[in-house]
Amino acid sequence: MASKDIEYTTVTKVAGPLMIVEGVKDVAYNEVVKIKTATGEERTGQVLEAYMDKVVVQVFEGTKGLDTKKTSARFIGETMKLGVSKDILGRIFDGTGNPIDGAPPIIPDERRDINGNPINPYAREYPSEFIQTGISTIDGLNTLVRGQKLPIFSGAGLPHNDIAAQIARQAKVLGKQEKFAVVFCAMGITAEEANLFIKDFESTGALERTAMFLNLADDPTIERIILPRMALTCAEYLAFDLDMHALVILTDITNYAEALREIAAAREEVPGRRGYPGYMYTDLASIYERAGRIKGKKGSITQIPLLTMPDDDITHPIPDLTGYITEGQIVLDRGLYKKDIYPPVSVLPCLSRLMDRGIGEGRTRADHASVSNQLYAAYAEGCELRDLVAIVGEDALSERDRRFLKFADDFEQKFVKQGTFEDRSIEQTLTIGWELLSILPKSELKKIDEKYIKKYLPEEKR
Amino acid sequence: MPLSVELGPGLLTNIYDGIQRPLPAIQKKTGEFITRGVEAPALDRNKKWHFKPKLKAGDVVSGCDIIGEVKETSIITHKIIIPPNISGKIISIEKEGDYTIVDDIAVISTENSDIKLQMMQKWPVRKPRPVAKKYDPTLPLITGQRIIDTFFPVAKGGTAAIPGGFGTGKTVMLHQLAKWSDAQVVVYVGCGERGNEMTEVLQEFPELEDPKTGKPLMDRTVLIANTSNMPVAARDASVYTGITIAEYYRDMGYDVALMADSTSRLAEAMREISGRLEEMPGEEGYPAYLASRLAEFYERSGRVKLLGSEDREGSISVIGAVSPPGGDFSEPVAQNTLRIVKVFWALDADLADKRHFPSINWLKSYSLYLNEIEAWWKKEIGEDWLKLRNKAMILLQKESELQEIIKLVGPDALPSKERALLESARMIREDFLQQSAFHEVDTFCPSKKQYEMLRVILKFSDLIQEAVLKNVHIDDIINLKSRENLARMKTISNKDFERKLKEIEKEIEKEITNLVQGGA
Repeated sequence: MASKDIEYTTVTKVAGPLMIVEGVKDVAYNEVVKIKTATGEERTGQVLEAYMDKVVVQVFEGTKGLDTKKTSARFIGETMKLGVSKDILGRIFDGTGNPIDGAPPIIPDERRDINGNPINPYAREYPSEFIQTGISTIDGLNTLVRGQKLPIFSGAGLPHNDIAAQIARQAKVLGKQEKFAVVFCAMGITAEEANLFIKDFESTGALERTAMFLNLADDPTIERIILPRMALTCAEYLAFDLDMHALVILTDITNYAEALREIAAAREEVPGRRGYPGYMYTDLASIYERAGRIKGKKGSITQIPLLTMPDDDITHPIPDLTGYITEGQIVLDRGLYKKDIYPPVSVLPCLSRLMDRGIGEGRTRADHASVSNQLYAAYAEGCELRDLVAIVGEDALSERDRRFLKFADDFEQKFVKQGTFEDRSIEQTLTIGWELLSILPKSELKKIDEKYIKKYLPEEKR
Repeated sequence: MPLSVELGPGLLTNIYDGIQRPLPAIQKKTGEFITRGVEAPALDRNKKWHFKPKLKAGDVVSGCDIIGEVKETSIITHKIIIPPNISGKIISIEKEGDYTIVDDIAVISTENSDIKLQMMQKWPVRKPRPVAKKYDPTLPLITGQRIIDTFFPVAKGGTAAIPGGFGTGKTVMLHQLAKWSDAQVVVYVGCGERGNEMTEVLQEFPELEDPKTGKPLMDRTVLIANTSNMPVAARDASVYTGITIAEYYRDMGYDVALMADSTSRLAEAMREISGRLEEMPGEEGYPAYLASRLAEFYERSGRVKLLGSEDREGSISVIGAVSPPGGDFSEPVAQNTLRIVKVFWALDADLADKRHFPSINWLKSYSLYLNEIEAWWKKEIGEDWLKLRNKAMILLQKESELQEIIKLVGPDALPSKERALLESARMIREDFLQQSAFHEVDTFCPSKKQYEMLRVILKFSDLIQEAVLKNVHIDDIINLKSRENLARMKTISNKDFERKLKEIEKEIEKEITNLVQGGA
């Protein structure tokens, strides 16, 4: 790595968020650069590419005001690091890891490379501890477990922030009192949205076990690239060094991907779909895959990334690549929200891949899996019939089909819909499920074992 | 030497990264996280294996001949084979005893020089191991999955692709195939996918029993895990590492199955590397050689005559997942794969949304092995297997046509005959095609049971067709009690299903006869 003392004044080009320095010796990929502008202001950057003696630097605070004559750059010989200690909880940081809550900087126990290292798949523990969020559509149908990464796919104007806050507020593992922390990472959201979370954490007393990393909408875009990495380095420390259960909320991944595209465009890379770089899958994976559990460690990292699908399009590269990496997704639907249903979770495209190991006897209840499958199948059939009714009218339907229609309507009103502060236990959720299933003819409950029908189906319907 | 893998006893039950570094050994060295630049030998140099010679000094040998054996796991006997490019005369061979993989076990005199052989050999991953001849596949790879075995079967030595958007069940399906397919050795490559999925395999397989031998499934499995956050260059190498190991076991005469999840990530790794090399991009930024690379990979499958003095056979079946962006099959990786593979299992997001699993779309999928493997089904299971299968397909095809009409006029407007057909098709879909990977019985369905289930459902279909012709009202048929029994066929124990299915069949006949007589 370069000598710390050399100040290079050989900046030859400034383009978008990038700056090119020539005649540089011995620099390393990802090395941190301290930049001094003509006015003496100091900025931070990171080496993106080094070729012969040319170095491409991405400047976190933006390149406005940088010139090629007077700007100087110093390569500090190490990669981006975050100082961590247990005092990190209750604090708020900006995009470069400096505190912005007015209190003095923390005294770090250790400084860690924010890029982290991949968890050895052999060292992972398979996530199987049920987290009760109190939201029926999640607990009952798309169960969240500790160590999972479960994103919320939303659209502009939908209440994804309320849902994320509700999850952070209500999430618990049944029958256990364990050390719990929230890491909140805001990438390019508005001050108003950030305040919603801060207020909510304050009112529930969660703020003191929360570490916040904020890069608001008017903060430098490029900082969004390193922000989630800092937040996850912090989470890794909390989870695997301090034995805490860290819930990481990343919002909004769409803004992160935009920042990634901005850099790729400035570097004149061959673009992939919709101008996003071809390596976006790998890049997103380096964030999402930092969730998980490790054998022999008490703590865990659970991620809830939020993203707004541009034009509600689930095939857009951002939700698409996210869905390929994360262990399921919660999808919100505008139509439901317009029908005054909160949370507007469109259950059919939702999924939790880790659900099967987290539910059942001893975790939730023995009938959970079959009830969930039956609710899904019945609701899907009901929705299909709705399309049919729109054309042929309800009178053309058989009695059986009419019951499925009613099921679908009641399902949305009773199961999906609930209050922002309504914290349903898993028992309550399953009971509502059984009540709804009793609308259907018993012979249609093909996905449920006879013994559970005998045990749980409301008396009068058996 | 180009990137090579170490081949020898100790591969099975192990888990490697894309360049064959054993992950347990890496954990010992660097802890839970993989730091850069760790090195660990792929095979344990110190472990002693019990070697039994099969040949003696003076024997003439050529490439792939078996000179000895080692009991590698409870299921697999590891044949120690002469590397493909060596032939000559055995000068000396060690006697039965315990040796490490680097101890000399034999000396072969070849034309040029004397070569000392160890139990371990190396082979470059991008070079296919040679074979004498490729045969046509004739045996089915039995997977215990109804929609695959009965409707879209893959042959031993065949290739199959399973494309689908996220959440359509690619990984669950590949896990099912790795668990239940009747290959003798399974190589599972997790190429650029989730870490937790590999952990699941690692936790589950040692506990699961191989249906044929009753021994832990892990004892026949090699895992390669290069998850999405591990280096891209190793991801590119991971499938080649996997297939080279598969070829090595094939050369011992085994039927090997390789699952690659997912080949799209392999293609993306190629794209990323190609981009860094500033090569001229082809379609969607993928390198122009994407198609030929994929073809090269799939062509390493096959049922083959092995090299060597004896007449021996082995096979590799390759099953690749494809993860098309947005679930759109028109993208380059899916399209280039379809041009090569013989079996296509099209996963369908609509079916997955309805929790119809496996969500393989029966109208879009195909298998080109039906005729090749018909003989096996005829001989082992039932004379009319292909007929039944085709009859069921016709019902499903007609159903989809009728559904177009229903969308316009509603189901009530259809004549009874058509409604009976719809009912039959629905039973095929729900009671045959749907199969739960998580149900203790349903997760594996023996071929005979598949055949019997389909036969009973089609019998029901025939009976109700006759009944509506004799003026039985369709609603009476829909409300038949025996329909519930049909729905529960799949969860009947795999041991005494034959008797129970016969009972169900009789009951159906009785009930429908009653209806017809009552109606007349």
